[in-house]
Amino acid sequence: MKIERSHKLLIGLVVVAAVLLTRLFTIQILDDSYKIDATNNSMVYDIIYPTRGVIYDRNGEIIVGNKVAYDIMVTPKEVQPFDTLLLAAVLDVPVESIRTKMAEYRKNRRKIGYQTMVMFKQLPSETFMKFAEVEYKFPGFKGQVRSIRDYPVNAGGNLLGYVSEVDAAYLKKHPGEYRSGDYAGKTGIEAAREKELRGEKGYHIYLRNSHNQIESRYRDGEFDKEAVPGNDIVTTIDATLQQYGQELMRNKVGSVVAIEPSTGEILSLVSSPGIDVEMLADIGKHYGEIMSDPYKPMFNRAVQAPYPPGSVFKLVNGLIGLQEGVLEPSYTYPCSMGYHFGKRKLGCHAHRSPLNLEEAIMMSCNGYFCYVLKNTLENRRYPDVESAFDRWREYVLSFGFGQKLGSDFPAELGGTIPTSAYYDRIYGRGGWKFTTIISLSIGQGEIGVTPLQIANLCATVANRGYYYIPHIVKESEGVSIDPKYKERKYTLVDTTQFHKVINGMWRAVNSGYGSGGTASVAAVPGLDICGKTGTAQNPRGADNSVFICFAPRENPKIAIAAYLENAGFGATWAAPIASLMIEKYLTGEISESRKPLEQRVLEGDLMSRVKKD
Amino acid sequence: MDDRFKGRSIRQSFDWKLVGIYLALVVIGWLNIYAAVHSSEPSSIFDFSLNCGKQFVWICTALVLAALILFVIPPRLWESTSVLLYCLVIVLLVAVIFLGVDIKGSRSWFAIGPVRFQPAEISKITTSLLLANILSKPNFRITRMKDFLLAAAVIAVPMLIIVAEKETGSALVYVGFIFMLYREGLSGWFLAAIGLAILTFILTLTASAYTSILVIIAIVSLVVYLDRGKFLRWLCTFGIYVFIMAMLPGWWAALLERLVPGASLIGQADPWVEQAILSSSKWAPLARVNLLYVLLATALPAIPFFLIRSYRERNSFMGMAVPTLIAGVLLVFSTEYIFNDILQDHQRNRIEVLLGLKEDPSGAGYNVNQSMIAIGSGGLTGKGYLHGTQTTYGFVPEQSTDFIFCTVGEEWGFVGCFVVILLYVLLIWGIIVDAEHSRQHFTRIYGYCLASCLFMHLFINIGMTIGLMPVIGIPLPLMSYGGSSLWTFTIMIFIFLVLDHEEKKYF
Repeated sequence: MKIERSHKLLIGLVVVAAVLLTRLFTIQILDDSYKIDATNNSMVYDIIYPTRGVIYDRNGEIIVGNKVAYDIMVTPKEVQPFDTLLLAAVLDVPVESIRTKMAEYRKNRRKIGYQTMVMFKQLPSETFMKFAEVEYKFPGFKGQVRSIRDYPVNAGGNLLGYVSEVDAAYLKKHPGEYRSGDYAGKTGIEAAREKELRGEKGYHIYLRNSHNQIESRYRDGEFDKEAVPGNDIVTTIDATLQQYGQELMRNKVGSVVAIEPSTGEILSLVSSPGIDVEMLADIGKHYGEIMSDPYKPMFNRAVQAPYPPGSVFKLVNGLIGLQEGVLEPSYTYPCSMGYHFGKRKLGCHAHRSPLNLEEAIMMSCNGYFCYVLKNTLENRRYPDVESAFDRWREYVLSFGFGQKLGSDFPAELGGTIPTSAYYDRIYGRGGWKFTTIISLSIGQGEIGVTPLQIANLCATVANRGYYYIPHIVKESEGVSIDPKYKERKYTLVDTTQFHKVINGMWRAVNSGYGSGGTASVAAVPGLDICGKTGTAQNPRGADNSVFICFAPRENPKIAIAAYLENAGFGATWAAPIASLMIEKYLTGEISESRKPLEQRVLEGDLMSRVKKD
Repeated sequence: MDDRFKGRSIRQSFDWKLVGIYLALVVIGWLNIYAAVHSSEPSSIFDFSLNCGKQFVWICTALVLAALILFVIPPRLWESTSVLLYCLVIVLLVAVIFLGVDIKGSRSWFAIGPVRFQPAEISKITTSLLLANILSKPNFRITRMKDFLLAAAVIAVPMLIIVAEKETGSALVYVGFIFMLYREGLSGWFLAAIGLAILTFILTLTASAYTSILVIIAIVSLVVYLDRGKFLRWLCTFGIYVFIMAMLPGWWAALLERLVPGASLIGQADPWVEQAILSSSKWAPLARVNLLYVLLATALPAIPFFLIRSYRERNSFMGMAVPTLIAGVLLVFSTEYIFNDILQDHQRNRIEVLLGLKEDPSGAGYNVNQSMIAIGSGGLTGKGYLHGTQTTYGFVPEQSTDFIFCTVGEEWGFVGCFVVILLYVLLIWGIIVDAEHSRQHFTRIYGYCLASCLFMHLFINIGMTIGLMPVIGIPLPLMSYGGSSLWTFTIMIFIFLVLDHEEKKYF
């Protein structure tokens, strides 16, 4: 029997319709489970927030913990007329704020429907307890426990970073990871390790009836998901040192960065003025105040500010000269209050002359390093000053300058080291020579480095030629760090060259007053500190005070850089601060003889010297 | 009163029955859209800020369009401009990829002021017209390879562009044209092959590649033997082979377990345990045997056997069995690839949920779960118009567009669903009957194109709301909210009606 094709298709149509109807018959009439689900009306997801991971310092001390706070939630549909004054009194909020909020809910009632809104955020437990006693008088209102950040030590707001509610832009950038109302780390360590710290939200599914009342667990909790608490983070920070650094830097503008040279671990990272940890917990409330502060406390100077390095950069120039073979430690150069070229001169301070390399570092002679850079750039090995300069730049970059170091700290900037092309653009090809860029000899001119990079230079010198990329998170259970933080990065200068400048750094600190050493103030008996001062010109007022040092001389435990804006000579402020921190770190206390120095630093107020924007 | 020159009047020769069904569906759709947006804060059905009010505007404009098609546009124009219209829409389809707005990840909408429209919808009209035009040419033979490829290309071009717009659902509708091609003489094995391909895909994902290939071998060989009327011989040869191979995995596992204790853990245990198991017995290498290759190797001799027999007996049907087998095996092996690499995440999710590979009541499963609760709770007669709880509290997403059928199911119950499906069946049935009665090939083929499109939309959309199909976002024709879709089906239906009428005028 042959059936016509059109009939076959019509039969197919009827069969498909029958399949659909059979299925409908099954779920609508035979199977009761859907009706049960529907009378229960539907599932409510009760989100469970994980506790955020705790942040520890390197010695296991908690620097950021959690504490309990309560949000007051309201389901506008369920609210009945209530005593506004009583509620305001209990919650300790202005009556007006309750009235405006309720008016707003009323206006948007269509959009809100049966949703529950957050009315007041982060009320302390005591307030909530008072509310809980009278909660029965306020149908529709309830408290929801939330965990917020707690800061047992003052480790500096810029380092730790703050946690705040995600905004629309953030949600868009991280699709599917957050819902509005979630909190996320926005700066500092909180942002750097947001993925580990935040944990995973969970939920309980409940069934609710058509009057929006919770009836039971959906399928006995089979589909529920428990919240996974965030991972704890162990940082490389030394809380005691960090806190001490914060105190020393109070009322001064600048940064201090300390690194453990043998690992690249950042021991402390102070940016001053910074955000107070008291403000961090409730950043939203203080946001306006912080943003309008003329000293820009949000700006993390330690990793973002590009400063001229000043004389500490002489170490780099000296090392390059040694490696290029245009400098030997025994070479002496004369200096008569500076380096004279034509009718001009690059000035220097009064010291004896001539000096060899060690003495030039010890006394920070400008003239000497003009000769060094001159010999480097006018080296016959290179056809012209451009190619010699390019080689010089390669060396400088190998020290981690001119680019981001790649630390795990967010928002790090890279500073600038000019290229020969840059000078070609300004002066024309062949239109510039050594004397045009002579300021680079002493770390001035078109050069910008961050305090982190300066500290890294110090660590590199302390390690005799290599560094580990500075980082703030230690490996711990459940938290891995990028293998790049475990690799030695060698500079282009041989390790054998470094002891030649280290001798100079040692003598700069340990030669005693009257010897001409620039950093005698930093000397601590028995600690063998090696250091180099810097005084960098600042076009906006007094010179910046710079100091780097590490100790002890053999197997250094700490390398530190202090950079203070408009604070004058390196020896005046930066050297005391850095050496006090070293002393604190290595001995745990400040010796009696140095107490007056500590006193002077703690009391020093340099804020007025800094020009505000 | 017949008028020899003007032909019969529109009152006499027009298929008023279809118009009635059309209007019924549109009005039912509109009322249900109102129910879908209806919430605990009542508002008017003419509230133009809501979908129901807007739909009213769409319905009025659609009726104006219908009138234009009936009375103003000369019916002959459709055939003569079909190539032009088709090309124009292809241009629009490509342009929308670059100029369109991004809606839920697909770039298929033009936005002109507040109005948005989707060229993928109109393309159904123009593709149908062009297909009708080409296939109705006197020297066109669908069985000729060249002609078949031409028809296939006309379908594939807009389909592929729509896939590129990430509107896979709309593209799937084009597969329906195969029913029209079948009516016009395409081999029925084509339909069978597509069915087999879908079966293979599902089997590979739910069971295993092994099962899937075994089923292909069984079906293809069975069909070949049945074609020659030799079922008993199949039973004695392939029947036994398939039976043995079906049992093999079980036997093999039992044997291995006896020879190599712990063999069943291989591939699941950690590498250290695995190593320990493998080094425990001299039979260990056997545990590495992949039965899939055993199956392929034993099935291999069948290929020359089929080829030689088909050559000797001049039986091309048997010859086709070999490429079918090979294509089937290739499909099995590429399924994983297609599934994991070609399909987008959300599509993969929906298929996994549908096949029960994954339970996900919050994600992809949410829509279906909610929609089935809504429909299932309707019972025999429903909860009454505007009294659906699911519908009122907005638990079902996309309720006035793709999930409009939920509202029908919840508020009107099985009776309502039955009526709506019946109306669709009558509509499609009526179109097919009219098409069959037509003397004009163009009208007939166009009618089948229209019926195919309606059928695909109907099956996919309703199938999706009751968990028979994965969640594929295409509207329910005439009922779902949305101007593009309503206009398209209005235009398609009225072109058919006017063509049909034009012809009946004189015969």
